Amino acid sequence: MDKSAEAFVIDDQEAGIFRVNRRAFTDAECLERERRCIFDKCWIYAGHESEVAHAGDFQSRNVAGRPMILARGDDGKVRVLLNTCTHRGALVCRQKSGSAKTFQCPYHAWTYNSRGQLIGVPGEDAYSPAFKRDEFALAQPAQVDNYRGFIFICFDRAADSLYDYLAGAKEYLDLVADQSELGMKVVAGVQAYSARANWKLLVENSYDGYHGLPTHQRYFGFLSDIGVEMRGNNLGAPRQQRVVDLGNGHAVLEYQSAWGRPIAHWVPSFGEHRKAHFEQMRRRFDERFGADRAYRICETSRNLGIFPNLVINDIMAITIRTFYPVASDYMEVNAWALAPKDESAEDSALRLDNFLTFLGPGGFATPDDVEMLESCQRGFANREVAWSDISRGMKREPPALTDELQMRAFWRRWNQLMIEPQAARARRAA
Amino acid sequence: MESTDDRTASGEGTESGVSAAQLPTRQEVEDFLYREAGLLDEWRLEEWLELLTDDAVYQVPPTDSPEGDARNTLFIIADDAVRIRSRVKQLLGKFAWAENPHSRTRRMIANVRVLGAEGDDILVTANFAVFRMRYESVDTYIGHYSYKLIRGAEGLKIKERRAILDNEALRPHGKISFIL
Repeated sequence: MDKSAEAFVIDDQEAGIFRVNRRAFTDAECLERERRCIFDKCWIYAGHESEVAHAGDFQSRNVAGRPMILARGDDGKVRVLLNTCTHRGALVCRQKSGSAKTFQCPYHAWTYNSRGQLIGVPGEDAYSPAFKRDEFALAQPAQVDNYRGFIFICFDRAADSLYDYLAGAKEYLDLVADQSELGMKVVAGVQAYSARANWKLLVENSYDGYHGLPTHQRYFGFLSDIGVEMRGNNLGAPRQQRVVDLGNGHAVLEYQSAWGRPIAHWVPSFGEHRKAHFEQMRRRFDERFGADRAYRICETSRNLGIFPNLVINDIMAITIRTFYPVASDYMEVNAWALAPKDESAEDSALRLDNFLTFLGPGGFATPDDVEMLESCQRGFANREVAWSDISRGMKREPPALTDELQMRAFWRRWNQLMIEPQAARARRAA
Repeated sequence: MESTDDRTASGEGTESGVSAAQLPTRQEVEDFLYREAGLLDEWRLEEWLELLTDDAVYQVPPTDSPEGDARNTLFIIADDAVRIRSRVKQLLGKFAWAENPHSRTRRMIANVRVLGAEGDDILVTANFAVFRMRYESVDTYIGHYSYKLIRGAEGLKIKERRAILDNEALRPHGKISFIL
């Protein structure tokens, strides 16, 4: 193992030692390297196809620090267009969302159609014959692909396909996507927030089973107040409980949870009047998928981390959460709710209500998570304490939900991507 | 809001509702809102709860859908009365880490308007600037409140309280961990 001054990760599997150097959370040069080695190389979540449901629909947003337009063209195809005029740079779309036949740059009125093609240049006769309109279409990322409605982009033309990149994570995305016969949709309303902390602290936190009880004691107090039976432990019964390294830095926790799930797992706080309806929904899942898979879809919760910066937590509701570092100690976070397209208005209201008990910047849990991440970041100012320990459960088989296998899966991939180009350079120099 | 003004101006108060003559004056509403702001800034949350009706609602819509409906839009906060009480209990307990230790807050309430009535509900709007100070940073929450107030035997009470943010995102705030 390379223990040079550059090493960020110590991974001694024989001894059961796993440490991350805290410079990985504080160092501005490290962040620059992450932008090049990770965010410019990996598949990055850009949006969900339901957000641009009809031809002409668009959403403008920042993805991987760049302004982009998620647009469904008049041909029905979803594209990701880089939001910068190919003439002199201005944003061609300055609305958050909407429906448009064209995007016109307000600076010199170059006009693009909904597929990103340049269709209008005022005074085009002033240009030389070398000027070719079709070379000035809005740029697109090197690769764009969609897995079951989740749209990803990649700036590396040489990268593996999205299908291969997602590796074992596909199985868990399927458990989410299969919750509707008509497909899933992103619900209106984005929770746009931030944390004064390094982005990787949120990766770790989003599937950290160890912090549940101490950090979220007040949430479990709330559940108990409204009559949810806690079964002695928030992370519940062992029938279905696993932590899986899904490959390529992705990982998941899957477990039976105490909370109700609006998909088809009834709890008394949902009300007696809903019980029969939930049982009926559950029977439909049994018919579609068989009892075992129906059980997994309906009754188990999942905290899924897709490398590097996408979290899909299918817990008391489903949240899609993505985040990006503005600075080594500050990230922007966007979170949405995902729901079955065919869900009734009443079930949808219950889902959103359930979501807000735990999740989001005003929920009964997320603010305390943000507090902990910010607290870690402040603690890192003590440079004398150079390493964080992520070895929990390293010699335990099978790993428990409260272990840190999922984080090690992330860090190993992170380290590999950060070190590889350096090692290649060193080889070339030698 | 304007349609409500029109309704009041045209004298449309139902017989069971609040007539124009019974509407509180702006000064009475201002006194009430200033008292509420004081209780919240002083963390006297149990006393604040006494200002609420038993079926009160407290909501903060998302920054991209300020006019949204919590039944079909993902809000930041959409508390019913049970959850408001639980929130207060948590905030006054030890384990709401985001507010333990408590932040300092200071609320500026302005542009108070009594818009009219809908049945027994008195519709009020007011602008706010709420400053939250913690760990030596200051976060500013800007927006307006939309209230439904009820006049009961003990005076005005809050039936619905919506804090509608003008901030385009909770950045750099990161959270709404106190009662906004």
